Amino acid sequence: MFKKIINKIIEGFIKTSGWVSSIIVLLIIIFLFKEASGLFNKTPLEEGYMLVVNKKNPIDKLNPDQLKNIFDRDSTSWKTLGGMNADIEIFTVEDISTFYNDSMIGENMSNLPWCINDHISKTENVISYFPEKYLPKNFEGKILHLDKISVYQFLKNKIWLPSARPVSQVGAMPLIISTLLVSLVAILIALPIGLAAAIYLAEVADSRIRTILKPVIELLAGIPSVVYGFFGLVIIVPFVQKIFNLPVGETGLTGSIILAIMALPTIITVAEDALRSVPKAMKEASLALGATHWQTIYKVMIPYASSGITAAAILGIGRAIGETMVALMVTGNANNFTFSLLKPIRTIPATIAAELGEASYGGLHFKALFALGCILFLITLMINVYVEYLSGKKQTK
Amino acid sequence: MTPKIETKNLQLYYGAHHALKGIDFSANANTVTALIGPSGCGKSTFLRCFNRMNDLIDGCDVEGQILIDGMNINDRYLNVDELRKKVGMVFQKPNPFPKSIFENVAYGLRINGINEKKILEEKVEKALKQAALWEEVKDNLKKSAMSISGGQQQRLCIARALAVEPSLVLMDEPTSALDPISTSKVEELIYQLKEKYTILIVTHNMQQAARVSDKTAFFYIGEMIEYNDTTEIFTNPKIERTQNYITGRFG
Ligand SMILES: Nc1ncnc2c1ncn2[C@@H]1O[C@H](COP(=O)(O)OP(=O)(O)O)[C@@H](O)[C@H]1O
Ligand SMILES: [Mg+2]
Repeated sequence: MFKKIINKIIEGFIKTSGWVSSIIVLLIIIFLFKEASGLFNKTPLEEGYMLVVNKKNPIDKLNPDQLKNIFDRDSTSWKTLGGMNADIEIFTVEDISTFYNDSMIGENMSNLPWCINDHISKTENVISYFPEKYLPKNFEGKILHLDKISVYQFLKNKIWLPSARPVSQVGAMPLIISTLLVSLVAILIALPIGLAAAIYLAEVADSRIRTILKPVIELLAGIPSVVYGFFGLVIIVPFVQKIFNLPVGETGLTGSIILAIMALPTIITVAEDALRSVPKAMKEASLALGATHWQTIYKVMIPYASSGITAAAILGIGRAIGETMVALMVTGNANNFTFSLLKPIRTIPATIAAELGEASYGGLHFKALFALGCILFLITLMINVYVEYLSGKKQTK
Repeated sequence: MTPKIETKNLQLYYGAHHALKGIDFSANANTVTALIGPSGCGKSTFLRCFNRMNDLIDGCDVEGQILIDGMNINDRYLNVDELRKKVGMVFQKPNPFPKSIFENVAYGLRINGINEKKILEEKVEKALKQAALWEEVKDNLKKSAMSISGGQQQRLCIARALAVEPSLVLMDEPTSALDPISTSKVEELIYQLKEKYTILIVTHNMQQAARVSDKTAFFYIGEMIEYNDTTEIFTNPKIERTQNYITGRFG
């Protein structure tokens, strides 16, 4: 009777644990996406500011890209934006003293709204932005409607400067490209080496060597990533700089190399376990047919262990793609748009780690970082699904 | 006539364990020899001497001569892979590769460097016919070998071994994991294969030994106690221990 109750309790505990952990994971994902979606509810203009033009200006709305071009002085004429044939004049609160003297602005800038109103209503080609609190009572200008940031723009734009003023620039493209590039190269380096090491451990090394080597490799997996980063900074960075004769050694390739080293223990141990779990009967069948040891390894053992090896690859990629510390330390942290591995870059996790602290809670920057997190999540999800699909296809063949 | 296979004073040790104690054995070409005896008496060990599978076992030490066609294969400098191409083996449990039926049979051929599609198809068909499996699988050659029945799998393994055209075929209890119908199919097959191959078969099944073999060797704790024509062994064993075993008094 007592035993039965205990069993029931344990059963219930196991069941609820399963449910609770699934729900927690789900909640985290929902939270992530909820925060991120807030980004697409915002305009890239600094919060609490407004954007105004002269009443006679035919333009009613601008999208974030156009706005960015205006303030970067890339668009200098209203005509290119479909407006009047005149140059764009940018007017900000800081410029006020060039138009009005101190007595007109008044003590404590009390007359500032009037000055703003005056200047804007007098200058046809003006565009101005200022805090809402300076909005004049009987404003004679036109408040511009600003489009919200779109998902497409977020993914497509090539500049990541969320703290730029007055227009934030949240183009995730360079970060996405860097992340994918660095991880891909890391796995291209790590997979063949890891597989070779796994084959060596599982099939070639005698048991004495294996008993030494295996724990050492497993130990490598436990080294904190900051230590790897340190190692990278001191050894790999100068190495890459010298080999390729670069101005700086902190590049995507440097990151790839260290991530590859970090992914190795995982890949080796998982792939080795997979190879060792190939039944003896399979090996013997192949050898008895006159296959050499190597033929047996690559024609029978590797195909047989392929799902385990794919698992090794996924875990390796997972480690590389989400790795923050190393990326932060050795990739140079420049949000360049580049396909070159020999230039400083910055990955998504490194960006999140570096910027979350300085982003104000709930602000545009903050939400943009969450959106980056979502992208990272979706990338890893896609990799997992794809690899599952691949290994599933193998098995049915 | 030189015997197809022969052993002279064959000793085998698993570390300190003396598993085969001075076996003198010979068998002629195109015969079936059954190896019988209680579990652990060294039948499999003996069988695996002819394709040097014992090499895979750490600490296994073989002394004496093992001759195939008059050549000693218990030689450090022998090319073991070449030897195994000439000596086919069928294991106790069917062990097809998780590949298609076709690729299973083609495996040994590909190992031998045969990759031409036409030749592969010809040889695979021939081997499957020899293994009496062709009719059952000819329309499904692309199907996974894991999806056919155990009896079919074992015949597939026989076909796989035959495809490389060995002259000697070793079978270690090939029917012990099969149902009676599959067993009788394999037995029939063994009987026919004798025309082209020399066969050594380990079996626990006395009737099977009597049905398929020309000669029978009785092993007991690492020794070959009695070796004679199968009819002699089963009707008129010279040694009491043999008689006890075949009449089921022990083992
Ligand atoms: N790999 C091995 N390592 C050590 N001893 C073994 C090994 N294989 C078999 N033996 C021993 O050798 C003896 C003969 O085994 P085996 O040839 O498998 O017998 P059988 O096939 O007649 O049942 C047994 O005592 C067994 O325990
Ligand atoms: Mg046995």
